Amino acid sequence: MARQIGEVILDLRNISLRFGGVKALSDISFDVREHEIRAIIGPNGAGKSSMLNVINGVYRPQEGEIIFHGEHRRDMNTHAAAAAGIARTFQNIALFKGMSVLDNLMAGRNLKMKSHFIQHALWWGPAKREELENRKKVEEVIDFLEIEHIRKTPVGRLPYGLQKRVELGRALAAEPKMLLLDEPMAGMNVEEKQDMCRFILDVNDQFGTTIVLIEHDMGVVMDISDRVVVLDYGRKIGDGVPDEVKNNPEVISAYLGTQH
Amino acid sequence: MAATPDSGALDTFPRLLMHHARVRGDRPAMREKDLGIWQTWTWADVAEETQALACGLAELGFKRGDRLAIVGDNRPRLYGAMLAAQMLGGIPVPMYQDAVAAEMVFVLQDAGIHVAIVEDQEQVDKLLEVKDQCPELLHIIYDEPRGMRHYTQTFLHGFEEVVAAGRIHNRNQPDFIAQEIAQGKSADVSVMLYTSGTTGKPKGVCQSHHAFISAARGGSEFDGLRDTDEILSYLPMAWVGDHLFSIAQAIYAGFTVNCPESGDTVMTDLREIGPTYYFAPPRVFENMLTQVMIRMEDAGAIKRGMFHYFMDVAKRCGSEILDGKPVSTADRLLYALGTLLVYGPLRNVLGMSRIRVAYTAGAAIGPDLFRFYRSIGINLKQLYGQTETCAYVCLQPDRQIKFDSVGKPAPGVEIKIAANGEILVKGPMLLTEYYKRPEATAEAINAEGYFMTGDAGFLDHEGHLKIIDRAKDVGKLSGGAVFAPNYIENKLKFFQYIKEAVCFGHDRDMVCAFINIDMGAVGNWAERRHIAYAGYTDLACKAEVQELIRECVEKVNVELAADDMVADTQVHRFLILHKELDPDDDELTRTRKVRRGFVAEKYAVLIAALYEGKTSQFIETEVKFEDGRRGKVAADLRIVEAATLARTTAAAMGTA
Repeated sequence: MARQIGEVILDLRNISLRFGGVKALSDISFDVREHEIRAIIGPNGAGKSSMLNVINGVYRPQEGEIIFHGEHRRDMNTHAAAAAGIARTFQNIALFKGMSVLDNLMAGRNLKMKSHFIQHALWWGPAKREELENRKKVEEVIDFLEIEHIRKTPVGRLPYGLQKRVELGRALAAEPKMLLLDEPMAGMNVEEKQDMCRFILDVNDQFGTTIVLIEHDMGVVMDISDRVVVLDYGRKIGDGVPDEVKNNPEVISAYLGTQH
Repeated sequence: MAATPDSGALDTFPRLLMHHARVRGDRPAMREKDLGIWQTWTWADVAEETQALACGLAELGFKRGDRLAIVGDNRPRLYGAMLAAQMLGGIPVPMYQDAVAAEMVFVLQDAGIHVAIVEDQEQVDKLLEVKDQCPELLHIIYDEPRGMRHYTQTFLHGFEEVVAAGRIHNRNQPDFIAQEIAQGKSADVSVMLYTSGTTGKPKGVCQSHHAFISAARGGSEFDGLRDTDEILSYLPMAWVGDHLFSIAQAIYAGFTVNCPESGDTVMTDLREIGPTYYFAPPRVFENMLTQVMIRMEDAGAIKRGMFHYFMDVAKRCGSEILDGKPVSTADRLLYALGTLLVYGPLRNVLGMSRIRVAYTAGAAIGPDLFRFYRSIGINLKQLYGQTETCAYVCLQPDRQIKFDSVGKPAPGVEIKIAANGEILVKGPMLLTEYYKRPEATAEAINAEGYFMTGDAGFLDHEGHLKIIDRAKDVGKLSGGAVFAPNYIENKLKFFQYIKEAVCFGHDRDMVCAFINIDMGAVGNWAERRHIAYAGYTDLACKAEVQELIRECVEKVNVELAADDMVADTQVHRFLILHKELDPDDDELTRTRKVRRGFVAEKYAVLIAALYEGKTSQFIETEVKFEDGRRGKVAADLRIVEAATLARTTAAAMGTA
C-alpha cells in the first residue's frame, strides 16, 4: 500500500464520560495516526457513538485529556473540531430531506464561505465568486461518489443506500482532514456495502483523509481497517491490527462469541 | 452556410476533420458534461488534440495498418482516438465497454492489438487480467487517471502524457502528421467493427473510408443534416449505428456530438441538450412512454383529462398532419391547441422539443408505440442495415411512413430479393472483408457482388422494404405460400395481452399458433371485469380470455389478408398454453427468444391436436421452479378457431 501512515494526530487519554450515574466510557485511551483507517467496534451500548461524540466535541468527558495535533485540551468543542477539519456522518441519516443533493452538499461547504449573507442574498461581488468556487468543489465530490444522476433530486426521495452516500458526500464537501463515520454501512445490502467500502478506501487513498469509523459488519472492519479498538460496556478490551484483535480471547468472548 | 464537402480530396475522415477545422474551426464539434458543466471542443480543438494524440501514438510505435483497441463509454477523447488512429493510417477497433475480460480476449487476439486506449481503471484492470493471453498487447493508454496512482507498470500511459509527448513530436517534426494524413487512401480500412457473434465466433467487419463516407453522405443528404444539428451519443461505440451517427455523419456533415455525463444521466442530459437528430432502439422509446403513462396516472384529474382528450385528438390527426395529409380545419385547430397545452410540454419533458429526425432500428417497433411519437409531432422513422452495410440499407422517407416497413432503399443502395426471399444488397457501403476470414467473406458476398443479409423480406408495390423474418426461419406452407413465423408472431405480440407467440405452418396446409398471455395485462383486464382467477393456468383457460385473444388474432388476420405476400398465412387455429414459456425449462433462450424446434418437440401432442381438428387436448408438463424444485402443470386446453379472410388487396391497412 502506497499511502504512508504518519504520526499520531489524535491522542485520547483516560477518557471517562458519565451521564448521571451511567458510565458510558470509563478510562479509555487510544490514538489515531494520520492517514489511517481506525475502526471502533463493540456490542450495542458499548459506547462507540459516545466516543465519536467526544472526538468532535458534542460530549464533554468528565475526566481525561485529548491531544489533537499536539495541542492538549480537556475536551473538544464542535466549532473548533469542524474548523480543525473534522467532519462526520451519523448513524441515523441527518440530511435536509427536502433539499436537493446538490444543496445538501453545498451546506457541507458552509464553513468555507466567508462573505456576508446579504451579499449572498444579492448574489453580488465576492459572494458570486465564492459560490462558483464552492460549487466546483461540490461537483468534484459528486463526480467522486458517482451521484451525478441524482444531483437535483430531493434527498427524501432517494433510497436509503444513496442517502448514506450523499451524507458521506456532505462530509467530504468540507474537505475534512479527519472523517468520523458512524455505521456508514448499516442497513445496506451487499452491493451497496461494497460500493461504500470502495468509496471509503478511495477517500483515504486519494485525499489522505484519516478515517475513524464505527461498523458492525466484521468482514468489512477486518478488511479495510488499519487498526481496530474494541469497546465493551464502556471499557476498552482490545486494540491493535485486525489480526491481533481477531485472536484476542477477551474480544472473542465479548463480541465475536465464545469459541467452544 | 458552407455546403457540405463532396470534393474528391475529402475522401478520408482525417481529411474531413482538417477541412472542418479550417471551415468551421470555432463551431462546437463535441461536448461532454463534466463537473456539472457542458465542456465544449471546437473543430479546431478536436483537430489539434487529435493530431497531438496521433503523434503520441506514433511515438509509442503505432504505425500504418496497426489496429487500435478503444474501450469505454462515449467520450470525446475516445472518439478523437479513432480519428488519431486513422490519421496514421491505422484502424480503430472499438470494443464493447461492458464486456467481461474473458470476452475481450478473442477480439484482442483476433485483431492483433498492440495498443489500446481505454476509459478508466475498470477497463485497465480488465486488460491486465487478460494480458498474459494477449502477448501482442504492448501499450495501454487510459483517459481517466482516478485510481491509477499505484499502477507502476511501464506499459501503462496516461492520456495527457501521451498527448504531451505528441505535442513535442509535432513541434520537432511539423510536417509529419500532414504527410501521414496525405498518404491515406479512401479505400483504406477506416474501422473494424466486430459482429456480436450470436452465431459462432465474432467476425471483424472491415469498412473503408469510402464505405462509411458514402453511407454518411447518403444519410446526410436524405435527411438534410447540417452543421447546426446536435446529437446525443450514448449507445456503445462498438456498435455500427453509433459509428455511423457519431463519427461518420458527424464528421461528414460537421454537426455536434454530445457525450452524456454518465450512463445514468442520459435522460437528464437529453433534456439539457435537446438534440435535433436522435437515435434510440425501440425499448428506449417504450420505457419513455411507460414513464409518461405512469406519471399521468398520478397526475391530477384536470391534467389527466386534458392529456387523454388531446391524445385522442393526436391519435386521430397527429401523424396525418406530420405527413402533410389533408386534415379538417377543426382538427388542425384542436391539434394546435394541443401542441400548446400537451404535446409541446410533453416533447420538452422527453428532451425532444428540437428533434427534426429521430430513428429507431434493431427490433420491431410496435405500431401503437410508433404512432404515439409520430402523433405528438416527433418525426420518428425506421431504418434498416447491418454492421456489414454501415447500418445503411433502407431509410423511411419523410411523409412516407409505413409502420411495418423499414422504408425505401437508401440513396446509392440496390436491393434484390433472392428466390428464397432473402434480401440481397449492393452499394458503396458494403464491407471490404471480414478480417482474416476470406471464406466468410466469400460466403457473405455472392458472385454478383451482392451482400446476403440473412433476412427475408419483400418490396411492396410502392418500393418499401418489409422485413419478415430471418431467412433461415422462413418456410413454406404445403400450398406453396411463403411462411414467415416471426412476422406473424411480432404482429401478435404487439397486442399488450399477448406476451409470446409461436406459429407453426412449414409443410402444413395452414398456420396454427401457441399463445402465451401477458399475465399483467390480462390479469388487470380480468380484474376490471370481475373475473376471478387463480394463477396463470386458470386465467389462460377462461373462456373470456380465449375470446379476448381470438379478437387479437382476428385483427392480425385482417392485416395479413391485406398483404399479398402473407395473405395465405393467416392464423386458423390457436391455443393458449397452460404455462409461460420459460428459459429455465429451455423453451426460451436467455435473451428470451423462442427455441422453436424444442417447443415443437416438447408440445408435439398439442400441435397434433391443432392440425387434427380436435376441440381440446389434455396436457401435463413438468416445470422447474426458481428454487430448483420440480412440479407438474396439467390442463385441458381448448383449441380456438379464428376467423380468416379472403385475400384483400387494400394496401391502406398497412399505413401508419
